[in-house]
Amino acid sequence: MSTNASQNAVYARIRKNPRFAELVSKRQGFATLLSVIVLTIFYGFFMVVAFNPNLIGQRLSEGSYVTVGIAAELFMFIFFWVLTAVYVKRANGEFDAITTEIIRDASKEVK
Amino acid sequence: MLARLNVALLALLAPALSFAGDAISATEKQPLNLHAIGMFVLFVSMTLGITYWAAGRTKSASDFYTAGGGITGFQNGLAIAGDYMSAATLLGLTALVYTKGVDGYIYMIAFFAGWPIILFLMAERLRNLGKFTFADITSYRLNQSKVRTMAAVSSLTVVCFYLVAQMVGAGQLIKLLFGLDYNIALFVVGALMMVYVTFGGMVATTWVQIIKACMLLAGGTLVAVLAMSQFGFSFEKMMSQAVSLHSLGEKLLFPGTLLPDPITALSLGLGLMFGTAGLPHILMRFFTVTNAKEARKSVLYASGFVAYFFNVILLMGFAAIIIVGQNPEFFEGGQIGGKIVGGGNMIAMHLAKAVGGNLLLGFLSAVAFATILAVVSGLALAGAAAISHDIYARVIRKGKATETEELRVSRFASVGLGLVAIVLGIAFEKMNVAFMVALAFGIAASANFPVLILSMYWKGLTTRGAIIGGYSGLIAAVLLVVLSKSVWVTVLGNAQAIFPYDQPALFSMPLAFLLTYIFSKLDNSPEGNAERAMFDDQYVRAQTGFGAADASAH
Repeated sequence: MSTNASQNAVYARIRKNPRFAELVSKRQGFATLLSVIVLTIFYGFFMVVAFNPNLIGQRLSEGSYVTVGIAAELFMFIFFWVLTAVYVKRANGEFDAITTEIIRDASKEVK
Repeated sequence: MLARLNVALLALLAPALSFAGDAISATEKQPLNLHAIGMFVLFVSMTLGITYWAAGRTKSASDFYTAGGGITGFQNGLAIAGDYMSAATLLGLTALVYTKGVDGYIYMIAFFAGWPIILFLMAERLRNLGKFTFADITSYRLNQSKVRTMAAVSSLTVVCFYLVAQMVGAGQLIKLLFGLDYNIALFVVGALMMVYVTFGGMVATTWVQIIKACMLLAGGTLVAVLAMSQFGFSFEKMMSQAVSLHSLGEKLLFPGTLLPDPITALSLGLGLMFGTAGLPHILMRFFTVTNAKEARKSVLYASGFVAYFFNVILLMGFAAIIIVGQNPEFFEGGQIGGKIVGGGNMIAMHLAKAVGGNLLLGFLSAVAFATILAVVSGLALAGAAAISHDIYARVIRKGKATETEELRVSRFASVGLGLVAIVLGIAFEKMNVAFMVALAFGIAASANFPVLILSMYWKGLTTRGAIIGGYSGLIAAVLLVVLSKSVWVTVLGNAQAIFPYDQPALFSMPLAFLLTYIFSKLDNSPEGNAERAMFDDQYVRAQTGFGAADASAH
């Protein structure tokens, strides 16, 4: 992939912009946090399945067929999807606004 | 029984069609199903019309590989969901819930949980750095020839194994659903796939995928709603009947033999999660959208559809326990609890017939066929791109090939892959192909994923590290699958498996990471240092999208 000189100059300017460091640390921090939440819940659930399967079949209330396992999984399906929505909303709004601003500043200075 | 289940599970590992060989080869050719054939002909004529339209719009390489980058997030989300929800999802997972209850649901969450991770860690970088293939990203600052050759080798390995598993499954399924001969079915699938990909490129492939995803979502929902209406839409009512009628009884609500120990659970989770993130045809979908914004939206929509559909399947599986499981019509010799007519994978089809008659059965059969076609088309396109874009244009011609030449090669490659798929599909008819899917996922997670993620995140990565780590992951994954039960015992006929687990990812993936790390660290060559120095610019582009392959470049 060839990048020309003016493009490299823009990259250099973007790197120097403190807003870029801010963008990266904010977005990376947010993405890492959400990933850790998903992985912890997911592998936590799998460990319960492996080590304490009886808990999975426990009913939430007497006579109901909604078990801990079914409720936990339905929760994961919904919650994980909500987390993707939260990330998309923030990344496409707040983070992309900063990105556009950084690129505009850097391109302007180069010209 | 346990052995059989393991094989079935391996088959289900694929978000694409592949069936446990013994479950399906046991089925006989069914009588010609006219409803199904009629609806399928309708689907084919529609998609051929789209291909004709797409062919007029496929002029540049960018059109061919990535639909000119003009797919919206919503369309791409549907197409990704289509790639991910296969005939195996519909038939295999419904059957799994029917026979094992909650185990099937546990399986489905493992299929789903990779998507948020792909979004958080990969989606925007993939779009910002990639152009046509994922090797564009791994070779961004590394040695073009070496890294692209490796990426193409592992991509083609994944694509070929996956294609063969698909074709064998397709032949069996079509024999079953439509009453067509196995070889004829293979030729029909192969020929249609070649037409879609060769003439319509990514535009046609995407639309075939979108139409199929809509049909699948609509068909599944209709069956589930009609089935639930028999229980007054009460989950409790359905479950109380299911538990009292099923031979497992209360055990239906508990995890069973699916994840017998933590190692299996972990390896399965890793393999599914990161295998998905290394499948070339899935990664390629991220380059079809305009920008990172749309790439993120793609995952949002895709994961929404997948999550929804998995819950629909849960309802279908439980409802089938009562509706199919108590109807002698669906058992051979009318013996309730005996052998299911057409084999275990037919549960979803029987349920469709029970709640919606022959018309709904025909529709769902057509959906299954459409699903196979769409998935093999996506695979063939990814394989063709590895041959023409990576090997031919970049490695052989060193970037000097004209777009016309590259496109011509990609079309020959599509036809070639189609022929290979048909020939291998016929050759492997009688063989248990479940291991091929484990292999495809294992290689994707062990060879593609580590190098891809490190190239995006780690400045220290050098060509030497990537090559050693990537090939080690590839070889380790292949070796472990060969030594596992699915090949060592089932195919080669040995008594005892040497590697006790089905999914190699837990071992081969860390190995690839470790070797890539060590050999990159030890690399003091001038080339290595130059590659590290180039990371900074790549990093800015990955984060901001500045300089990213332009969607409207043509």
